[in-house]
Amino acid sequence: MKYMLMMNAPRGDGNWGVANWAPEDLKAMVGFMRRLDQTLREDGELVSAEGLAAPGQAKQVRAAADGTPITDGVFPETKEFLAGYWIIDVESPDRAYAIAAKASTCPGPGGKPLNMPIEVREVMSGPPVDAP
Amino acid sequence: MTSRTLDEDAEHLLRELTPQVLGAVVRRFGDFAAAEDAVQDALVAAAIQWPREGMPNNPRGWLIQVALRRMTDQVRADSARRRRENASAEQADLVVPSADAEYVTERDDTLILLFMCCHASLTNASAIALTLRAIGGLTTAEIARAFLVPESTMAQRISRAKQTIKASGIPFSMPTADERDERLRAVLHVLYLIFNEGYTTSSGPDLQRSDLTREAIRLTRAVHRLLPNDAEVTGLLALMLLTDARRTARTGPDGELIPLTTQNRTLWDRRLIDEGITLVTASFAKGAVGPYQLQAAIAALHDEAPRAEDTDWPQILALYGLWMRMSDNPMVRLNHAVAAAMVHGPAEGLALLQPLDTDSRLAGHHRLAAVRAHLLELAGDRDGAIAHYRTAAERTTSIPERNYLLTQAARLRESGERSQA
Repeated sequence: MKYMLMMNAPRGDGNWGVANWAPEDLKAMVGFMRRLDQTLREDGELVSAEGLAAPGQAKQVRAAADGTPITDGVFPETKEFLAGYWIIDVESPDRAYAIAAKASTCPGPGGKPLNMPIEVREVMSGPPVDAP
Repeated sequence: MTSRTLDEDAEHLLRELTPQVLGAVVRRFGDFAAAEDAVQDALVAAAIQWPREGMPNNPRGWLIQVALRRMTDQVRADSARRRRENASAEQADLVVPSADAEYVTERDDTLILLFMCCHASLTNASAIALTLRAIGGLTTAEIARAFLVPESTMAQRISRAKQTIKASGIPFSMPTADERDERLRAVLHVLYLIFNEGYTTSSGPDLQRSDLTREAIRLTRAVHRLLPNDAEVTGLLALMLLTDARRTARTGPDGELIPLTTQNRTLWDRRLIDEGITLVTASFAKGAVGPYQLQAAIAALHDEAPRAEDTDWPQILALYGLWMRMSDNPMVRLNHAVAAAMVHGPAEGLALLQPLDTDSRLAGHHRLAAVRAHLLELAGDRDGAIAHYRTAAERTTSIPERNYLLTQAARLRESGERSQA
């Protein structure tokens, strides 16, 4: 079964203030994320993973009456932003939660785990009905 | 031959030969993981060379030879300790058994390989991937496409599965008599999951991916040829054919799900139905009855009815009753409740659903809500039916099923508004 793990960052710069982190803290965070992706790939569970650009560059787009895009630079008032996501293909919901918990421990300033919330959503990919 | 790709017959032949070739190489070298890689290389070489140079006179021998050469190269590239094994490997390279001389060994090899690929130490996803590659002869890319994951992920999954097999020390031999039934059940379960994956689709918006369905049927036919007297193998093959027979009637032009009762039955594949019925009938003569046979028998009763209202529900109810006495599967109880509703009326069916609400395996499952909605609709409780169709739609993880359930709720709501107007 496939799950999307969404890493939501608090509003502000949408990035836990990484711009102000010490170099070694940044290095630890980048290394952690790289190793996590690597492990998921080696375990044959990774479908895809992406980090998203900071919300400052985000645009709201809707179609005008003639179908042309209208872009709006002002982002809606939300408490959180999607900072990145993983799509994984795993054997059970528990495995998805375990991976999410692992991602949650990404090190922050001073190497202290961020314990950030990871939203776990099942992808509409209906597990086959179990055998009798 | 002028075409640059393999024609369908050659591709079919390659897939049929895959487990035989793999069996021969594993017997020579004993290293399943490495042998499996070597056989994949040989299949790729065949796909490139055969269209260009023509089919060899002895395709099986050709494949074994290429795979053995790969193994020898691999061994040579390995450590000094492994290098000593070269001499015997190279000698073996020159002797290729004739196509029919080792039929018994071949037959055993395919079964042994299946037992390995479906071993209980593997997760379902790993067993499925490994079976499709090592027995089915599919490439990693094809398997990855079928399951909508990147090829590198699928490659890792297969490689991990082989490591697990290696680490667990499963011998390359037939299971012992007391393990055999359980190991065969695991094999049938994997084949069933492959079929189901293709049939119910599990991934993405398309309701069925017939390639996996076809592959599961092909593999199950092969097992049936090897074990023609096994009632459950026969039952599983019958179940697949009887289910697959309805494939074209099962979806509408926009891929929407059409339930059994409203399917256009003239679209059902008569040939598959006849074959399935013959098989399931024969399987019941083989003695002990198992769940695949029961499912096949129920599918046959649906397939035999010219119209939905001609369905022999009393017989279906009896078969579910028999099944319930054999296993404590809540899905079976759920289907039994539907059959009871069709025979004795919706109130009886609804009463049978009640105990399932407290069964932790089923409580909160979308199928329970969907069945309850259907039975409430039959009982004339429109509002209750709408509410449960909506609940079911919220809980399912299948897109076509969600759309179907939402449509059911919308249809009832609309008919309610019309009758009030």
